[in-house]
Amino acid sequence: MADIKGTQLIHEYLRHNKKFPHVFCSGCGHGIVLGSLIRSIHGLGLSKDDVCIVAGIGCSGRLAAYVDFNTVHTCHGRALTFATGIKMAKPGMHVIVVMGDGDSMAIGGNHLIHAARRNIGVTALILNNNIYGMTGGQCSPTTPAGANTQTTPMGQMEQSFDCAKLCTAAGANYVARGSVFHVKRLDSMIMEGIMNPGFGVVEIMTPCFTQYGRKNGFKSPVDMFHALKKNVIQSDRFDAIPEEERGEKVPSGVFVKKDTPGLEEKFYEMAARCQGGS
Amino acid sequence: MSAKSKGKSRVTIFPDWCKGCGICAAFCPAKVMELNDQGKAVVVREEECINCGFCELHCPDFAIMVQPKVDSEIPAGSKSGQVNASPTGSVESEKSIKEKG
Repeated sequence: MADIKGTQLIHEYLRHNKKFPHVFCSGCGHGIVLGSLIRSIHGLGLSKDDVCIVAGIGCSGRLAAYVDFNTVHTCHGRALTFATGIKMAKPGMHVIVVMGDGDSMAIGGNHLIHAARRNIGVTALILNNNIYGMTGGQCSPTTPAGANTQTTPMGQMEQSFDCAKLCTAAGANYVARGSVFHVKRLDSMIMEGIMNPGFGVVEIMTPCFTQYGRKNGFKSPVDMFHALKKNVIQSDRFDAIPEEERGEKVPSGVFVKKDTPGLEEKFYEMAARCQGGS
Repeated sequence: MSAKSKGKSRVTIFPDWCKGCGICAAFCPAKVMELNDQGKAVVVREEECINCGFCELHCPDFAIMVQPKVDSEIPAGSKSGQVNASPTGSVESEKSIKEKG
């Protein structure tokens, strides 16, 4: 397996009995994340049996169906709870949770906060496309203020969530933000997130042309990738820009990296201690 | 990025998997791909490919494959990809479609 790379490598990890090409719309970034996830797992040299992908509901939930690992497709917003159970029962398993922005921050908002507080050793990939893509384009907690969607045709009035700041404040061990345009950086973030102990969050900016782009002045999926290229910038460059000139720019990079032991490590240590003491 | 590395790679596009988003054609630094009248990506200037890997990494549908050319292939390298319609081979894919109905 050492000499294969790129697309050829990805095909090794796909379930070819599922219908391909996949269900994602033309120009959707979710496929790129799927490729990046496979490359990261291959790069870390993990066996297919040691990886468990847990996915929630939404476009991102389809990701789990296509890959040949242990996969679970769970209830809406509850992917992290299933992952917590799997990780506590099998602490050696690398549990990766794939969620959308609505799945993780709206319906499963509390689970995200408490998974970060507990510091359970799973890695959450949050695919942030600023919209509920699958259900028809309703505004989500991360829809930027002023954006037009199906449910806010005159512009979104509410403020949007900053997922990275939320997870940092809640106490996650690893918080990073990448985009599907900067794929190589994304690969290294996912690898780092999987190997870091405790709760890891990688927020991934991905475009949704069908539901978000068409209503917000983008002419093609390519336009959305140009916007990602322009707007997702390194966090040190972002900090150097004065606040009033930031506009639509988004900082990316690794925000938090700690190596506090995760909940499952603490639990098994306690179990060993109790058994030794009795 | 040097001119020396041009023409040493083979670009294959699987038309059955391509959804025609146009990301490869828009961002390719050597303009190797173009969209055809069906809106799908086709290889038009394979000899210009510098093997940067952008298209392979950014294709959301895993429809592009960039491989180094085998030495014996280089003289006849003007033949571009599109051998199989899908990465699993056209025969297999037809069979699986029939099975599923």
